[in-house]
Amino acid sequence: MDIKKIAMAGTLESSDVSIVIEPNSGEGIEIELKSLVEKQFGEQIKEVVLRTLKELKVEKAIVKLQDKGALDCVIKARLQTAVLRAAEENTFNWGEED
Amino acid sequence: MAINKIGREVPAFIEGIGELKPYQGPFSVEPTKRRFGRKLSVITPKESKLLNNIEEAIKKTGLTDGMTISFHHHFREGDYIVNLVMDTIAKLGIKNITIAPSSLNGVHAPLIEHIKSGVISKIETSGLRGSLADAISKGILEYPVKIRSHGGRARAIESGDVKIDVAFLGVPACDEYGNANGHSGKSFCGSLGYAKVDAQFADQVVLITDNLVAYPNVPASIQQTDVDFVVQMDSIGDPKGIVSGATRYTKNPRELLIAKYAAEVIKESGYLVDGFSMQCGTGGASLAVARSIKQTMIERNIKASFALGGITGQFVEMLEEGLVGKLYDTQCFDLIAAQSIGQNPNHVEIDAGFYANPHNKGCAVNVLDIVILSALEVDTDFNVNVMTGSDGILRGASGGHCDTAAGSKLSIIVAPLIRGRIPTIVDQVNTVITPGETIDVVVTDRGIAVNPLRTDLIEKFSKTSLPLYTIDQLKEKAEEITGKPKAIEYGDKIVALVEYRDGTIIDVVRNVK
Repeated sequence: MDIKKIAMAGTLESSDVSIVIEPNSGEGIEIELKSLVEKQFGEQIKEVVLRTLKELKVEKAIVKLQDKGALDCVIKARLQTAVLRAAEENTFNWGEED
Repeated sequence: MAINKIGREVPAFIEGIGELKPYQGPFSVEPTKRRFGRKLSVITPKESKLLNNIEEAIKKTGLTDGMTISFHHHFREGDYIVNLVMDTIAKLGIKNITIAPSSLNGVHAPLIEHIKSGVISKIETSGLRGSLADAISKGILEYPVKIRSHGGRARAIESGDVKIDVAFLGVPACDEYGNANGHSGKSFCGSLGYAKVDAQFADQVVLITDNLVAYPNVPASIQQTDVDFVVQMDSIGDPKGIVSGATRYTKNPRELLIAKYAAEVIKESGYLVDGFSMQCGTGGASLAVARSIKQTMIERNIKASFALGGITGQFVEMLEEGLVGKLYDTQCFDLIAAQSIGQNPNHVEIDAGFYANPHNKGCAVNVLDIVILSALEVDTDFNVNVMTGSDGILRGASGGHCDTAAGSKLSIIVAPLIRGRIPTIVDQVNTVITPGETIDVVVTDRGIAVNPLRTDLIEKFSKTSLPLYTIDQLKEKAEEITGKPKAIEYGDKIVALVEYRDGTIIDVVRNVK
């Protein structure tokens, strides 16, 4: 999926994450993470982001996360939404998701 | 370094602090000293104790470099006294002071400057919060802070482990000869239970009041026979920060569920019988437990002999309804409690030594049946942390946690299984305040774990519908949801020594990178 424009999903509520995704003029995935639980879960959060982007076949993007202690399932859901908005996809085959 | 009974590495000696003994179990220390006695002094018949300001008081006491001073924390986030006194000490050019307040709060952030400028060199306290706590966690102090429980502080003062040169005590109502209480005035706070210890054992006592009343001010929590000077000021605290209105009942469904389980635990424990006693923390779940117990007490026609604490309006209500016989109160947690203590003869002010000093002839926690306590973290050995956050930074208070857990017949921890994505039940807590062998039951919203030492309780509860798990199972349930947190990386510097109530070292806190 190509990231065509800036898009966001999520909120700054406790246990949620606010994600902004942008086109990357350079190569690959860049992650900027700010999290309340960065010390304990920073790496785990980045892994979820990379895995979710891979599943959506996103190869180039800048992802900015403001995390308020969201669980992995929340991070994944918010990121999927942000990607679909940024890729201007209106239809999504949910059946493909593992 | 030595390994103590709970497997924590603690120092045997720290330059500038002295020799330290590792924790060996809740009742392992046999005290050998005599009770500490303060210096005698004389005040002649026509001498006045009244002074114009704090500066004059500091000069009169002869406070000099290297001395130890103390404060109480009955004014909580509304306290003006600590900052006012420290600013004045700094202005007078006095350095290298040890402060030994009963606790510190967010309002005491200005102490950071006094640490940087060398006015304060050591701190001994129950609690640390806000930016002062952050700065200490980063290593701003040369010597580690000593963290003491309320009972442990009373023990340290009464045994002379801490020798207070001058106590500066804010008092809401005081006569000019030094009879003081917390019952009236715009800064009223109710019980002065922590301050009472300082007043009896400090070499010199300065009372600071914004409400000078006619002599004699009785009943006096602090008596004229212990007081050197009285300073009158316009304002000693912000009433909004001293006592908040009535403590509210929680509507949070998770807290209510925890409370329901905890109440069930108490009902099935065998300790809920006529004449029982209890103490509750002020957390939402813990207050809701008391409410639920109250219902059962009415149904079964059971009355409590006393409630201990940390008293809230909820217990005042139960006292007035005849469900509780007496309230033993070191610290009033809300407006209703603070108003009640001066009016109700069955609402009794007690000092921190009577409350929880393990080395007197028997403190109140020894006769406590049930205590409900909160926790930031509990580990699979049942050790409890209420001092450092999951990020390793100081932000809590030891309080009466380890005192009541050790003294009571049934100690119950109430906590959500996870907070945000932080699990409460972990392999190892960041900081041990209360040793696991004094914790009986851990109640979470996802299940209950009983300490394996309490086979009697396990047997009782297994006949009920309570959701029983092992503590390891609870930890796994938490980690399934959150993932396994990475351990916090600490530096090499010890920023705080955690004293158990008997004066041994149960744990240390290191600087956060």
